[in-house]
Amino acid sequence: MNPILQTRDLWKAFGGLIVTKNVNLSLARGARHALIGPNGAGKTTLINQLTGVLRPSSGQVFLDGEDITRIPPNARVHRGLSRTFQINTLFPRLTPLEAVTNSILVRERKGLNIIKRRVFGVSRRVNHVDEAYHLLEQLNLAKDCLVETHTLAYGKQRLLEMALALAAKPKVLLLDEPAAGVPEGESDELFAVLNSLPKEISILLIEHDMNLVFNFADRITVLVNGEELVTGTPTEIAEDPRVREVYLGKGH
Amino acid sequence: MSEKLSRASNHLTFLRTLERWKPAEIVFWVALVAVQFVFPTSLVFASQILITGLFALSLDMLLGYAGIVTLGHAAFFGIGAYTAGLLAAHGWQDPLLGLVVAGAAAGIAGYLSSFLLSRGGDLTRLMITLGIGLLLFEVANSAASITGGVDGLQGVAVGKLLGLFAFDLYGKTAYAYVLVVSFLLFAFVRSMMHSPYGLALRSMRENQVRALAVGIPINAVLTNIYTLAAVIAGIAGALLTQTTQFVGIDVLSFQRSADLLVMLIIGGTATLYGGFVGAAAFMMVQDRLSNLNPQYWQFFLGVLLIVMTLYLRGGLLGGLGRLAALCKRRRDKERS
Repeated sequence: MNPILQTRDLWKAFGGLIVTKNVNLSLARGARHALIGPNGAGKTTLINQLTGVLRPSSGQVFLDGEDITRIPPNARVHRGLSRTFQINTLFPRLTPLEAVTNSILVRERKGLNIIKRRVFGVSRRVNHVDEAYHLLEQLNLAKDCLVETHTLAYGKQRLLEMALALAAKPKVLLLDEPAAGVPEGESDELFAVLNSLPKEISILLIEHDMNLVFNFADRITVLVNGEELVTGTPTEIAEDPRVREVYLGKGH
Repeated sequence: MSEKLSRASNHLTFLRTLERWKPAEIVFWVALVAVQFVFPTSLVFASQILITGLFALSLDMLLGYAGIVTLGHAAFFGIGAYTAGLLAAHGWQDPLLGLVVAGAAAGIAGYLSSFLLSRGGDLTRLMITLGIGLLLFEVANSAASITGGVDGLQGVAVGKLLGLFAFDLYGKTAYAYVLVVSFLLFAFVRSMMHSPYGLALRSMRENQVRALAVGIPINAVLTNIYTLAAVIAGIAGALLTQTTQFVGIDVLSFQRSADLLVMLIIGGTATLYGGFVGAAAFMMVQDRLSNLNPQYWQFFLGVLLIVMTLYLRGGLLGGLGRLAALCKRRRDKERS
């Protein structure tokens, strides 16, 4: 089967600075694929090219076999590519219920005629609001779903990051350091949610924390200086001397 | 089971409560109807307040709901005012026709200029909207043969409303006309702001990056709301022309855009009513202060602005909302 998400000779340069160098990433269907690399390796730049926020200098991005290199970010979401953000990128003065309902209504906009989209209140979309509520329930956010987002605890906001992306019913989910800033021991709730996601959602995880990566991923790509160093199973990566060198320095 | 059901419907009740017409809203509109009979001598002034409120509502759609800052919103008000004035001065005197054509003209201008705003942040938008406003003002100024320039457009004769009601000197017809048009447009805007479209708009205001990432085509939405706001501003402008039977060049002035922003902030943004309340407060204070001290009245306006911004977050309606919440809490405490 062809990969669900793939890049071909992806190259991005800002002036003389090359930040993505011939990356050929391939995400298998149902994969739990992690992208790791030291700070400044170009992980987030790569994500931004996958989602369409940045246009690559050359090369292509394929989603489910289709070339999406020139498609704007919002249209990529409709084709099944969603992301979360390393730094909370939420709607501070919307309630989680409104925010998730918004994602769902955007996803379902084609099924709504102009009157339903423009004139009737959101509360008339009972099924979609219920769907939003149930998604929030699954992410342990039901109790907090009627207060403004900015009043939520940080850990809850991290969960809402995921809820907003999941509401789009993505085929591919890009997770940019989902546990960033969550204290050790409190990330369990988050990873319990991640582990419970159905296999139909293929996941590309960017993460710093090696323990999390090795527990979660079935495949790992190491990115160094914008270039793919190696891709393999967690065991292969753990034993690869080049990876040790990058992470621990020479002499280990 | 029953606990689960009640909990499950809680979230729908929450949204329905937000969308429902509240008693205070009904009181507000009934009070405006009552003005017609209680203050028969102030109807000219009252219709001007209402027109300015409608104009501020159109700014609220941009600033309060979509998060688009503008210093040139008078451009669309002015285009509407001149369109209605020129139509009436050249023989098309039906007021409703004037409204429709003025709204369309302003809408076209809004649609075209929205593309200049799709790039750039708040500062860029402030400068571009300011620029468009200044530019239009000078166009109207220099095309004196058409617009009358600084002397204003004379000879605006407006026909009977629906062929039945003539516009009288006391503003009786004018006020009723302005009130009905304002209410219809308000009800339209209100339902739109509570619809999925309005929710998307608010999400865009809250966070553009995320709005794009959940699949909202933010540039298309921006063009859309900017055009709609321009249409309503244009209709407000046309109402002013038709009820005063004159177009002064100040309809396009920077002062009008700036005052409007002040009124909306005094009243409270993203409240739908903030524009009307702010316009009423601003214009009545202006009226009083300029009577008290015709030369330096703006001094007191300045003081008022600073105090309100510092101590009354969310404007008058924000303050009222907090007061209501306080009363409710006190009542609840007494009951328990």
